[in-house]
Amino acid sequence: MKRLLLALALAALVSGPVLQAWQPAPPQPGTPGDYVPIASLPQAERLPAAPFLIAAYALVWAVLVAYTWSLWRRITKLEREMKDLGRRLPKA
Amino acid sequence: MTRVFAPLACLAMALFAAAPAVVANAPAEATMGLVQRIFYYHVPSAMLMFVSAVVCGTASAAYLFRRSAAADRLASAAGELVVVFGLIVLATGPLWARKAWGVWWDWDARLTSSLLLWLMFAAYLLVRRYGGPGSEKLAGAMALFGMANVPFVYVSVNYWRTLHPKTSVIMTLEPGMRSAFWFCVSAFALLYALLLALRLRLEERRAEAEALFLALDE
Repeated sequence: MKRLLLALALAALVSGPVLQAWQPAPPQPGTPGDYVPIASLPQAERLPAAPFLIAAYALVWAVLVAYTWSLWRRITKLEREMKDLGRRLPKA
Repeated sequence: MTRVFAPLACLAMALFAAAPAVVANAPAEATMGLVQRIFYYHVPSAMLMFVSAVVCGTASAAYLFRRSAAADRLASAAGELVVVFGLIVLATGPLWARKAWGVWWDWDARLTSSLLLWLMFAAYLLVRRYGGPGSEKLAGAMALFGMANVPFVYVSVNYWRTLHPKTSVIMTLEPGMRSAFWFCVSAFALLYALLLALRLRLEERRAEAEALFLALDE
């Protein structure tokens, strides 16, 4: 048992530097397929999320406000036409 | 309608004003981060696009089989809202996709079928507007086809390989995200109901104006 433990401890001691030596060389920045921290990307290649989020929310508001306004405008125009028609009808 | 309309409109405005704060307080998603928050406006709009397409299709069926003029007016109002909410879906989706997927658009099953649904209802409005007398029947048949497309659009993400998240994403939301999501759904649903009521009123007034014109001619 003591021999086995000694052999395992020796193997662990030896395997550490051996495994470290077998590691591939660190990749060059920009190698395709490797994860790159966003902070190391050039400023021109970063895609911030905030403008997309703000654009999406602004667009939703713009579409809904424009549609509500167009609806209101059509209703008031029709009401005006109907009042005009109502005035003309008794005369006719 | 007018007595409850103003308080409900105020409530809808308050919900929409509070929505960005509610969304900002929702937990951040791990992989997509900030841009995932587009989801809180994109998905409720898509849900209401589907609801409106079903309302338009059902009302069109009632018009085609029972000749109900009221159903035709409802179909016309709902058809316009499919296009409005579909526009929001088709505009906010690519803004999310550009950041999350790296592309503005992908011709996959969900995106393509959503675009087709929107085009069907845009065509429905064009037929109604420029089709001349009797175009309501043709438009009604188009709305039936549009409504038939809704289940296809919904399940497309589960049957085809696509970049778009699956339908299970809503069921698996974290509690913080879920409450923010259903808050936004409530705000959009209330606004949809108000816009539908307003648009329906416009159709009813148009019908009254046409009757007045006919009376004037006679």
